[in-house]
Amino acid sequence: MSSGEVKLIGAWASPFVMRPRVALNLKSVPYEFLQETFGSKSELLLKSNPVHKKIPVLLHADKPVCESNIIVEYIDETWSSSGPSILPSHPYDRAMARFWAAYIDEKWFVALRNFLKAEGEEDKKAVIAQMEEGNALLEKAFIDCSKGKPFFNGDNIGYLDISLGSFLAWLRVTELAASHKLLDEAKTPSLCKWAELFCNDPAVKPVMPETAKLAEFAKKIFAKPQA
Amino acid sequence: MPHRSNVNASTCQNITFFSHTFTLTHPSVLDLKEIMPSGEVKLIGAWASPFVMRPRVALNLKSVPYEFLQETFGSKSELLLKSNPVHKKIPVLLHADKPVCESNIIVEYIDETWSSSGPSILPSHPYDRAMARFWAAYIDEKWFVALRNFLKAEGEEEKKAVVAQMEEGNALLEKAFIDCSKGKPFFNGDNIGYLDISLGSFLAWLRVTELAASHKLLDEAKTPSLCKWAELFCNDPAVKPVMPETAKLAEFAKKIFAKPQA
Repeated sequence: MSSGEVKLIGAWASPFVMRPRVALNLKSVPYEFLQETFGSKSELLLKSNPVHKKIPVLLHADKPVCESNIIVEYIDETWSSSGPSILPSHPYDRAMARFWAAYIDEKWFVALRNFLKAEGEEDKKAVIAQMEEGNALLEKAFIDCSKGKPFFNGDNIGYLDISLGSFLAWLRVTELAASHKLLDEAKTPSLCKWAELFCNDPAVKPVMPETAKLAEFAKKIFAKPQA
Repeated sequence: MPHRSNVNASTCQNITFFSHTFTLTHPSVLDLKEIMPSGEVKLIGAWASPFVMRPRVALNLKSVPYEFLQETFGSKSELLLKSNPVHKKIPVLLHADKPVCESNIIVEYIDETWSSSGPSILPSHPYDRAMARFWAAYIDEKWFVALRNFLKAEGEEEKKAVVAQMEEGNALLEKAFIDCSKGKPFFNGDNIGYLDISLGSFLAWLRVTELAASHKLLDEAKTPSLCKWAELFCNDPAVKPVMPETAKLAEFAKKIFAKPQA
């Protein structure tokens, strides 16, 4: 049995922290949210994740689990008899979900982050092209994985929905800041439909940052120091 | 007992569930051993790649026969480009022509698909699985990057910095080994598993790097458990046939890292 107190070290604005929060909600697991202060790292964080010193960290009966996607799999396996399955059941679908989750973190998110940092028109154009290429891949991945159902994982949100969906608030903030739609109904209609359903899921709504609040926060952390 | 020639993996999982229910009273109805995931297995790869070595060890552990489709160094086959259009990289597993990409993902796929064959590659307890996945990610994202930087490092200062990085990483892995193995010979316990494969696949390149640099990177004094583990890993019957020979790999490394003449 999966007994023992559950705590999550994280921060409201982090897409990576959002992932285990959605997973814990899907499994109806109560937990204590230990919010880190932006700009500093608590003793508990440094002790629980000495290798990377990063959030999120799940503490289950005081045993730490690190790395957002690894925590999500841990939650799915530990509370397997509670709520829907977060990973798909068929090994091939699981491999596909893991493949695209890795792509999202290693390629797609890097492009999104580069867009936030891009300066000048040329730089911005190059990153937009990169993002559009990635979005086209994910649109096709959605069609392949969902097999006509509302989510990557089928009828319920799952690992891959969480993996990509956790970036939606930051995506919106970036679109606002750049006055440029990055997820386009014309080019990626399935993803747009999926994004709306994901954001309205009861496991997601309580932990999805509000766009306005996140935009404020983004302005603060990306503020260029005065010359 | 009819032979089910069109059984696929999902059917296997359903059948496995029912066979647990029926076997007690009807032992002749379903025999687990006869339910094997069918479909030809091919692996696109190259002998020298540590990432390709991972699924090869996994397939050996599960006694799964496969066709090894060797890529030519410097070019990418049509099949590779078609099977892994996103990254265009090896290894790619083709199971009944369906591609699975990314070495660690392929290893998990093999473990889950041929779950009734051979030992479990991932540990059974969720916490141990999380630990194995954590360290496998660390190995690829930090440890291997340091090893690669060492191969590319030029000048004494740069080399010293990378050696320091590697030694820090090795100390972490020495401790991880003690935590994960719990007194047994491998990260995974009695048998080699996911994390053994993840790190062990780099041993040949590690040896080649040590020779080229005349510097021991895995030191018996500093990392005694890892050194003992490395020897056991290399001698495992699932590993030996697919571990590149150091001399052959050193030759190959010289060729691919040769600096163009000025």
